Amino acid sequence: MREIVAFSLLNGAVYGLLLFMLSSGLTLIFSMMGVLNFAHASVFMLGAYFSWQISRWIGFWPALVVAPLLCGLIGAAIERYGLRGVHRQGHVAEILFTFGLAYVIGELVIMGWGRNPIENRVPAVIDFAAFRVFGTSYPFYKVLMTLISVGMFTFLYLAFKRTRVGLVIQAALTHPQMVGALGHDVPRLFVLVFAIGSALAGLAGVIGGFALLTEPNMAAALGPIVFVVVVVGGLGSIPGAFVASMLIGIVQTFAVAVDYSLMDLLRTLGASVPASPFLREVVSVKLAQAAPMIPYLLLVLVLIVRPRGLMGTRET
Amino acid sequence: MREILHRIGKFCLALAALLAAVPAAADTLRIGYIDPLSGGAASAGLNAQKHMVFFIDQINAAGGLNGQKLELLSYDNKVNPQESLIMLKKAIDEGARIIMQGNGSSVALALTDAVLKHNERNPGKEVLFFNYAAIDPALTNEKCNFWHFRFDADVDMKMAAFGDVIAKDKDIHKVYLINQDYSFGKAVAAAAHRILAAKRPDVQIVGDELHPLQKVQDFSPYVAKIKASGADTVITGNWSNDMLLLFKAGKDAGLKVNWFTYYGGGLGSVPAIGKDGVGYLKQVTEHHKNVMPTLLPEEAAFEKRFTDKSDELYYWRVRNMFHMLQAAAKKAKSNDPVKIAKALEGLRMDTPLGPSEMRADNHQYLQPLFVSTLSDKTKYDVEKSGLGFKTDEKIAAADTAMPTTCKMTRP
Repeated sequence: MREIVAFSLLNGAVYGLLLFMLSSGLTLIFSMMGVLNFAHASVFMLGAYFSWQISRWIGFWPALVVAPLLCGLIGAAIERYGLRGVHRQGHVAEILFTFGLAYVIGELVIMGWGRNPIENRVPAVIDFAAFRVFGTSYPFYKVLMTLISVGMFTFLYLAFKRTRVGLVIQAALTHPQMVGALGHDVPRLFVLVFAIGSALAGLAGVIGGFALLTEPNMAAALGPIVFVVVVVGGLGSIPGAFVASMLIGIVQTFAVAVDYSLMDLLRTLGASVPASPFLREVVSVKLAQAAPMIPYLLLVLVLIVRPRGLMGTRET
Repeated sequence: MREILHRIGKFCLALAALLAAVPAAADTLRIGYIDPLSGGAASAGLNAQKHMVFFIDQINAAGGLNGQKLELLSYDNKVNPQESLIMLKKAIDEGARIIMQGNGSSVALALTDAVLKHNERNPGKEVLFFNYAAIDPALTNEKCNFWHFRFDADVDMKMAAFGDVIAKDKDIHKVYLINQDYSFGKAVAAAAHRILAAKRPDVQIVGDELHPLQKVQDFSPYVAKIKASGADTVITGNWSNDMLLLFKAGKDAGLKVNWFTYYGGGLGSVPAIGKDGVGYLKQVTEHHKNVMPTLLPEEAAFEKRFTDKSDELYYWRVRNMFHMLQAAAKKAKSNDPVKIAKALEGLRMDTPLGPSEMRADNHQYLQPLFVSTLSDKTKYDVEKSGLGFKTDEKIAAADTAMPTTCKMTRP
């Protein structure tokens, strides 16, 4: 029992941190610019492919730096030459633009690297066991992932609460004219924010690429869960996204370990088992079977009960 | 003025060409291929399509079926049953007489019903349904019909092949089942319970897990459960991401078990799994590249024609399907679908890998099956990965047959 609890906590926390890594850039862009960026997961995918390609040429550690930088540059270009023009048409146009962009990036990836998953293995330099718990070794790359994720959180939190640029960016969101009148280049600030958000997605991609699968559908596969994190955490709140990621990671992981169903609960309570075959089927679904649905249930619940999310500052 | 006349002339020419093309095409026997050609599952559908093109060209080069050329019409169904029914209608409207499909038993179940209805309502315009990969046993049991022919071994036949290997391997004591939560995954779990109880009653099934289809990103909690159960063997019908992510999570946690998989060697899987699978990853298929000492001529020709990294003659059963079609048309001396279907029943054919037969009672094709293990010491590798499969066990076609509950009405 102690073993299961320890493992579930560990696995859940690590999965939660992976989710945070994925969603931090999205939260950043949303909180600072008000743009719901559907192409975020696609930039994450680009990060995975870039790092794989680059690490074949110059090794993993340089790739860990270069791939996110490339993604940042792409993000800057997207903002400067795409979003800025669309911005005037309002939020719907922005959403449609990023939505279309996600498709374009997906097709480009297929053209470049093919439809099948590429062999993106854990790089040899970090492919060793970090420590052992209850006889199971724990891979070092997960430790690295934890460090990067926590690092991202600290960076974002401090940068936007404690630095001058952060304060200016926050002000530019609500009062762009005023900030502009004070002599700050608001459009350039937005390019900067978008670039940082994209670079974070790219960095997540470097790790996520080999932690998960590097294939053209990875953006589509991860897109929904990332949005769940952002909505549950509260649109635009970085601490919220962090809490939501951890919550989802840990709850989902614990649920997988629970082999009980509503039926068992009814039995222990001494209640009668439903007679209709349909109800019987519903109550006999094990919690473990439904575990990956829990984040989406949470999403629906949050939207009903607390639409601004756990730590959000405005309505969804 | 001349410009306009010129345009009208061009238009008339195009129209004439179009009209001329219709009767010419009507002389061909049209095959409607319905499978995912875009979206997430497209890689499987597009790869099988290359096989279709390859064997249709081969038959046409040899003079066609009874002198009639074959023509391939492709329809994208996005692995969606509803979409497939629309595509089926389109294919029939465009003159297809043989429908081919493989990805997704849910799609195959929808198509087989629709084909049956169409044929009952349109005597003289019957279409056949050749299924090359949908392996829910229901298709040749309670849901069987005269028009459906399956060229892949079903879930039970493949599990029986695993059962033969497990029966001989006395190091296997505890088996864990992990499958996708839908009809196919449940069929795999049910088959494992039944067949292990018959072939190795001493083996203990220590876990029977169902997880949502293609929704899980992190399999580490499942792997923790497998480890905690003390299993030495995992049986899974998982395919695509569910297979690869499960395997990756197992590798991360240092899980050392035998993996008996349905699709561990599927298209694109081996390069992603890599050398971690060597010695542990097993599959059951009708063919792999090292099944014979040297590459078969058709495999070599296929790789010569299609030169992408992942282009290999993976669907050997598609090869058998077209050869069976050819043999049936020859036997029937006609390309009429009803006559071809009757000729196919009980038809025997020798393949380079051994004799094969189309069962008359439920239209399940019997062909030799091979259980194989991933190895880094094989002559031929999969998708240029440096790794290939090595045969552990060959099961002759006749020994793969399972009892059936099929009761079909024949025209």
